[in-house]
Formats: sequence, structure tokens, C-alpha cells
Amino acid sequence: MKIITLKKVILISTLLSLLLCFIILLSITVGSVRVSFPRSIQILFQSILNLEGGGTETERAIILSIRFPRAILAGLVGAGLSVSGAILQALLRNPLADPYILGVSSGAAVGAIIAILMGLSTLSFGLPLASFVGALLTVMMVFYFGRQNGKIHPNTLLLAGVIIGSFLSALIMFFISVSQKEELHTIIFWLMGDFSFSNDQAILVIFPYILFGILLLYLHARQLNLILSGEENAVQLGVDVERLRLISYLSASLITAASVSVCGLIGFVGLIIPHSVRLIFGPDHRLLIPSSALVGASFLIASDMFARTLLAPIELPVGVITAAFGGPFFIYLLRTRKVIKTL
Amino acid sequence: MIEVNSISFCYHKDWVLQDVSFQIEKGEFIGVIGPNGSGKTTLLKILYRLLSPQKGEILFDLIPLKRMSRRDIAKRIAVVAQETHLLFPFSAMEIVLMGRSPYLGHWMFEDEKDLEIAKKAMEWTEVLPFSERAIDELSGGERKRVFIARALAQEPEVILLDEPTANLDIHHQIDFLDLILTLNREKGMTIVMASHDMNIASEFCDRLVLLQKGKIYKIGDPKEVITKENIERVYGCEVWVDQNPFSGMPRINLLKKSLLKREVR
Repeated sequence: MKIITLKKVILISTLLSLLLCFIILLSITVGSVRVSFPRSIQILFQSILNLEGGGTETERAIILSIRFPRAILAGLVGAGLSVSGAILQALLRNPLADPYILGVSSGAAVGAIIAILMGLSTLSFGLPLASFVGALLTVMMVFYFGRQNGKIHPNTLLLAGVIIGSFLSALIMFFISVSQKEELHTIIFWLMGDFSFSNDQAILVIFPYILFGILLLYLHARQLNLILSGEENAVQLGVDVERLRLISYLSASLITAASVSVCGLIGFVGLIIPHSVRLIFGPDHRLLIPSSALVGASFLIASDMFARTLLAPIELPVGVITAAFGGPFFIYLLRTRKVIKTL
Repeated sequence: MIEVNSISFCYHKDWVLQDVSFQIEKGEFIGVIGPNGSGKTTLLKILYRLLSPQKGEILFDLIPLKRMSRRDIAKRIAVVAQETHLLFPFSAMEIVLMGRSPYLGHWMFEDEKDLEIAKKAMEWTEVLPFSERAIDELSGGERKRVFIARALAQEPEVILLDEPTANLDIHHQIDFLDLILTLNREKGMTIVMASHDMNIASEFCDRLVLLQKGKIYKIGDPKEVITKENIERVYGCEVWVDQNPFSGMPRINLLKKSLLKREVR
């Protein structure tokens, strides 16, 4: 039977979780200071179990307060962006949809750039807070303009998102053209997506948003399947489409806002991970949501690992890696797998 | 069972339905006929509250439809739409299992019982052999039967059919309608069918509702409704109505204009 069962979801999620754990462990061992694989695992587990010893002071510091938090953050963002992309592709019925399509990214960027230009980026929460507020304001605006007679229409919403997004892009261009050289570097890195802005507290702040958002979306996974078969169809099967749309758009937007606020605009993850996962596991959201989250997390942690090490000691923006590796891989999947017709 | 109490509905400014009232009894097979744009599909959509009328109300077993939850409606009324476009090629079995949705709520996975119900429904509509095939690989007739199976999996009291025979050849039309008739006669399922094909409606339905520009022009059994005068008045074209020699039900014959003129002279 091809039917998705709880057993199948648990089995696949477990396998993907193992992959994720392996990638997290791998990512904490590599870097400009090399700590051997067994050594780093030892350090990590001893700290989790509250045991003493293992590794030098420096090694512990590098692994526990730099690499491990960063891997967790990359994982959260990767999971959030992938799930958000998967949901928006389904709701907007548009294969080109990604987490940024409703203008969240441009709003966050305007917030971030204003913070950078005002010198707020040196404060620990200045940058993420400003971009989060920018993203939320944009989401509110898009929803306000994207409604017709109090109802959300995918196409109207999409248009509102794209147009508000382009307006904000104009603002971004304006800010870039008037900014100084040092600020410019920060702005460009933020726009390409970069984890070096983040800190430990950032994880604690975005963790609940991303986790709660994904859980809330997962709770509606079966209904989201029904909406794929058309709005009328979903209504016929007892789904309150208006409510489902509102919940899903808002959750996806919140997840995206939380993600971009800590690491800027990391492109491509939210577009290709859901598609790749769909090509492999099929369109059913009950499997798609957890596997997108886990694969997205693994992919972004691995990308960040490359971004840190490829040209060490220079750190590349992670967005460069996601596009450079993700694109060809996606083309490969597209050519070898049976292509799913519309999405 | 269902009371439609003087409902009126407009999309923007134009009334699509005006002051429509009728009743649907349990176990009835009702046909809704009328020209293009007479409001057939709108009426069906109002019956399962995809649209809400601006005036009037619908009572389902004396309970106003607008007070029922979407899930409760879906447990009692199943819909087979004209053509369902699916974004993803779900398998036939997955589609039929979707019919269990109103009973699952937030619970994510179908259990053995749901699977059993889905299988039975598919056996009934003879699509069990295709259960693992993707829906877009099936022929039009097979696809229709998959959606009937989905409707059956909802275990409804009423099935609404919108132009069920529109793109089927005559073989599949008759197979499909016989299936619906068996459902109606053997399982006591109440059927409301909107159809362009008045001969089919005349053969299969107990009662017909003839709509003209959003108003009920005539309601009654096929012999009362399908008459030369009614049809010519509502459709604005000349037809010849006689009886189907086997069933005795009224039959509409379309004639070319030249032939009609000769007849009149």
C-alpha cells in the first residue's frame, strides 16, 4: 500500500533525524581549528550529561559556545524556511513560491538596513529585532491589501506580496546607494544570508516561533492535502478553508520572519528543499512537513559548514553555498526522478 | 429532509437565484435542469454551503445549514463536482480516503476502519483494481467512479452531483447513472443532480426542478415538467417532445430549423 501511515512517517523521520544528527556532529568537528571527530563528540556529550573533563578549555569553548549553537541555529532556520516554502507552494498553488514571495524578506531587509545605518547592529538584539519588526509590518500590510471582501484569495495575496516587495526593494536600493562603505559590506552580507550575525540568545528567541509554527502547520497537514485538490474540494470534505488559509499563511510568515531576522536572506533553501523532498517522498503533507524540516535543517547546516571552511579563514555568506550546491542538485533530481506535473 | 426556503443569491449585483423554494424528501432522486446560467450549479453550491444565500435559509432536518459546522455538513452531504483538478497526482485510494476526512478532524492518519470503508466504497463502484494508480492516469469514467467512491466513503445521507455525465461517452454515462440509481434505490441515498441532459434527467429522476434565470419555472415529476411548452418557453428554442417507447417517460428531440419549419407548414 502506498498510503501514508503513522508508521511510515515515524520511520522516515527517524532515518532523517539520524542523518541530521550525523551532520550536526560533523559540522562541529570541522573549522579553522580542527578538533577530531571522536573528541568533539566526547566534548558535546560530556557537556550534555554535565560531566567534567574532555578536551582543552579552548576546544570546549569552540565546540560548545561557537560551533554547536551555530549548527542548531542553522538547523532551525533550514527547517523553518523549508517548511514555510512547502506550505506557501501548496497554498498559492505556485511552484515558484518560496518563503520570501509574500514580501517578508524585503520587509525584514528594510528593517535590518535601517538598523545597520543607524548603528543599531552593534547592539546584541538590534539587528534581529529590527528585521523581525520589518517583516511583521510587511506581513500585516500584505494581508491588509491582499484581502478581497474579507477573504484571502491566493492570487490577490501573491500580487500584493510581490508589489509591496518591489516597493520595499526600491527602498533597499535607495538605502544601499546612500550608505557608507563599511555599512555596505554588512548590508550585502545580510542580504546574502549569513550566520555570523547571530548569537546564542538568538536561538532561544527564534526557537519557539519556528517550532510552534511547524507544529501548528503539522496539525493541519491532512487538511492541507485537501486544499491541494482545490478549495471547493476541501470545503466539500469539511475543511474550513478560510480559517486554514489564515492559520497557514500566518504561521509560514512568522516562521520566515523569525528565520530571516537572525541570519538575513538565505535564498534557495525554501524553494528547492520542499521540491526535492516532494520528488522523493511525494506530495502528502503528513510526510512532507517533517521530512522537509529535517532535510532542510541538514542541508543548511552542511551549507554553513562549507561556507565556514571552503575559503577559510574567509567566511562566505551561506546563501552563496545554498545556491551553488542546491541548484545543480535540484536539476539532477528533476532530470532523474519522475517529474511531478505541476508543482 | 432538506427545506429550501425562499433563497436568493447574487454574486455582485445580478441575482443568480431569486426566491427559490422547494423541498427534498429523504430517498428522493431530484434533477435540477435549466439553460446555461439559470443557476443550477449555484443552487448546488448553496446546498452544501460553499456559497451562502443573501436571503432565505436552508434547513437540513430542521436545523439551519448556516449553523452547522463544515465538518457536520460534510458528514451528511457529499459532492461530486463536474471535473476536479488535482494539483498533485494522488492515487485513487488516497482520493477515496480523503472522503474520511470529516470524521478524522485533526487526527492525522486513517485507521483500519477507514481503510475498510474506503475499500468497500471502491468495490462498490468497481475501482478497487485501480486503487494504487494515480488519478490522472485513469479514464474519465474511471475517475468519476473514484469520486463517487470518495463520496460514499463520507457515508453521507445526500449526494449532490453537478453535471455528472458531462464528458462521458454514452456507455459510461449509462454505467454511471445506473450506479447512482442503485445507490438511490438500494441504499436509500438522497440524490440531487444538476444536469444539462434533460433526457437523462427525465429517465432517472423522481422529480425535476426546472430553473429559468434563477427562478423556479416548474417543479414536479418529469411528465409535468418536460413538456413542449415548458421547454420552449424556458430554453427559447423549438423542440419536439414525445415519449421514450420503453419507459414511457418524456423525451426531447432536437430538430434542425429547416425540418421544424416543414413540420409547422
